Amino acid sequence: MTPVLTFTDKGIYCPAGDFFIDPWKRVDRALITHGHADHARPGMGRYLATEAALPVMSMRLGTIQAEGIRYGERRRIGDATVSFHPAGHVPGSAQIRVEVGGEIWVVSGDYKIENDGFSEPFEPVTCHSFITESTFGLPVFRWEPQAHIAAQLSRWWATNAAEVRVSFLGAYSLGKAQRLLSMLDPAQGPILTHSAIEATNDVLRAQGYALPPTQRITPETDRKAQSGAIILCPPSALGSAWAKRFGPSSEAMASGWMRLRGIRRRRGADTGFVISDHADWPGLLSAIKDTSAENIYVTHGYTDIFARHLTELGLNAAVVPTEFGGETGADAPELEGEA
Amino acid sequence: MKSFSALFSAIDATTSTTAKIAHLAAYFQSAPEPDRVWCIALFSGRRPKRAVTTTKLTEWATEAAGIAPWLFEESYAVTGDLAETIALLLPPPEGTIHLTLTEAIKEVQSLHAEEDAQRKARVLALWATLPEDQRLVFNKLLTGGFRLGVSRKLMTRALAQATGLDEATLAHRLMGAWEPASTPWDAFTEEASEDVSRPYPFALAHGLEGAPESLGAPEEWQAEWKWDGIRGQIIVRNGALHIWSRGEELMTDRFPEFAPLPDFLPNGTVLDGEIVAWDGSKPLPFAALQTRIGRKSVTKKALSEAPAHFLAYDLLETGGTDLRSAPLSRRRAKLDRLLATLPSTLPISPSPLVPFTSWESLAEARAKAREAQAEGLMLKRRESPYFIGRKKGDWWKWKLDPLTIDAVMIYAQAGHGRRANLFTDFTFAVRDGNSLVPFTKAYSGLTDAEFREITQWVRKNTLERFGPVRSVPAHHVFEIAFEGIQRSTRHKSGVALRFPRMLRWRHDKTPDQADTLAHLHELLAQYG
Ligand SMILES: [Zn+2]
Ligand SMILES: [Zn+2]
Repeated sequence: MTPVLTFTDKGIYCPAGDFFIDPWKRVDRALITHGHADHARPGMGRYLATEAALPVMSMRLGTIQAEGIRYGERRRIGDATVSFHPAGHVPGSAQIRVEVGGEIWVVSGDYKIENDGFSEPFEPVTCHSFITESTFGLPVFRWEPQAHIAAQLSRWWATNAAEVRVSFLGAYSLGKAQRLLSMLDPAQGPILTHSAIEATNDVLRAQGYALPPTQRITPETDRKAQSGAIILCPPSALGSAWAKRFGPSSEAMASGWMRLRGIRRRRGADTGFVISDHADWPGLLSAIKDTSAENIYVTHGYTDIFARHLTELGLNAAVVPTEFGGETGADAPELEGEA
Repeated sequence: MKSFSALFSAIDATTSTTAKIAHLAAYFQSAPEPDRVWCIALFSGRRPKRAVTTTKLTEWATEAAGIAPWLFEESYAVTGDLAETIALLLPPPEGTIHLTLTEAIKEVQSLHAEEDAQRKARVLALWATLPEDQRLVFNKLLTGGFRLGVSRKLMTRALAQATGLDEATLAHRLMGAWEPASTPWDAFTEEASEDVSRPYPFALAHGLEGAPESLGAPEEWQAEWKWDGIRGQIIVRNGALHIWSRGEELMTDRFPEFAPLPDFLPNGTVLDGEIVAWDGSKPLPFAALQTRIGRKSVTKKALSEAPAHFLAYDLLETGGTDLRSAPLSRRRAKLDRLLATLPSTLPISPSPLVPFTSWESLAEARAKAREAQAEGLMLKRRESPYFIGRKKGDWWKWKLDPLTIDAVMIYAQAGHGRRANLFTDFTFAVRDGNSLVPFTKAYSGLTDAEFREITQWVRKNTLERFGPVRSVPAHHVFEIAFEGIQRSTRHKSGVALRFPRMLRWRHDKTPDQADTLAHLHELLAQYG
């Protein structure tokens, strides 16, 4: 019997439905878990993604032939039945469930368990085989509740404001930045954004996602008059000439990788907030348990380690071969969406 | 320990020297006095002695974390720091206990007297009750590995800022043999009672880049050989001898050869110079001296095969008077007069001056440094005082260019900590007929961008994995620089290199253009 999903050099493939999931080479039909660049690539013949994910995808990929699907809606493609279920990763992100002749596989995409109050919260999906990411599949990664991070963030901002410094907060422009914005209290001071982030904000606001009021930084912005403000910007803008023009500042980076002191120092930010849109070690383990799956395929991250641990837990775990999964985990701190 | 942990995080979080100093100064002004003294101690390398082996700590932490030992190892490999790995892996604390820094250090020190079972119980109890943000510092105290990117100079400057005292005075008071547990804060802030063993802060040189012409007129300078030994201060006061290393380790007992010195040197004498192993007229290679370092007792064999000798190059105190502000030319003249009075059988002599009339003639002399068993030259301004620490302008080291060899990378291993996700540790080979013979490892010298590039390549081209080590095809050639070469029976290549590092990535060379084992052995014959 052919498996429901196979691993090919173009990506995860479903022979029964003749489609790919998050492919990295050009294919005719692509099902996309979410809009991050390592999942939604340009050049596919047709795209299928959640209705909530499509606007950002269109913004990033330009004119594409795309179709939307609601969470939970079942759709027949060839001999396969597919449905998309919230992954809690970023707005619109999904796990993709594929059923062929009663056999159910789920591709997790990227996911996190904690409800961040912004993205559609993660829902476990029962299946036989689960293809899971493992970006933070190492027991040193354990997140604090979001409320703790929000309090740390607010204190940091307040201290900087009291010392007449601008607060630069580096975060990826899709997902993390908006999640952080939703954690800020606009009463605490002005919230400014780098145009790369504000472009995504515009799209998400139009969809109805609630964000606090922000001011886009333009060439007209008075850069010397922002000392009490917090500025959300892409990580690459931290410490740049662009940032320096705002005068005295503190710089913080928000990412799960900030859990590691060595990486915190490599990034050179003054402060690291440990907050991620990926599941931590306990989160990965609980998600896997909740699927009741007997076969686990591990991709994207500390694959070898995580798969070995799952095997020791008595599960049938395998690593998705490197040439298919892409060994991105190790460089992940530098990549978009991987934090 | 709450405020000390906060200090640790604050310092860790900033790259600004001014900010680090401000954080430290604030701590010196606000912390309880014993904690301040311990803070000085920790940032001047006086960390509490390790009470528990890392093996035991690893075992207990693995148990407390409830994970498999291999998973602990993998976590450690990624984190790169044992104290941090443990702090990250322990489950959230159950209660809270509040200890001052001094109390925490007392806890660590009292473990020495305990049996293993007691130690384990106490450490586990502390792990379970210390607030999460204090675990890292506590583990650093436990493992004895306290390094934070705060130099002693920076700490001294913060102390000066906090106390309003002169930095040079403080630097001197911080030297030598004081015990943090029994030293009161005012030992540093008040005019100190005289400690007869206290050394002076060492003057350090900068490396000279380029030609010495930029230094001005040659006659303003004196040249000496730059020795490859152990920098030390010999102190004779009150009839007693004290020998200090630059790392402020008291080495008096390590070198019994110098025991007779108090009989010949007048009280109140302090000499700066280099301890070397001596063949009767010139130093032996550093490896000879190395056989004596790290050993508790000095064997007869070591005494006869690697007898220690002191090559003195400065006089810091004579007749109990601090000479450091006098110009070098005067200090050197006094040094020569003093040493001339000593019997020639004593293992001490002035480090000879290298005569020169022009920078060109000095360059010729430098080219002969290896014959003198030296690493190059030291250039010192004749008018310079004996300054504290590394100050640009008066002292320069003009080292020989390193030896180099073009070699092929054959194994790669991931780095630690800051470079946890990059391949940074490589094994290199030279050609021998059709085979490749590994001869050295190197892990520094490339830029972060180059490390990223080679990392990508290693991932795509891994042939085999041996635990953390990956074998890769012989493809990339690197120019390896090193300071010395020695015969070695432990290595298949028959040689061991001193300070190997990657000088350049030779994109222009293919593996068949790499150097040969025969060439390596020629270098051994010439410089070994
Ligand atoms: Zn991803
Ligand atoms: Zn993503």
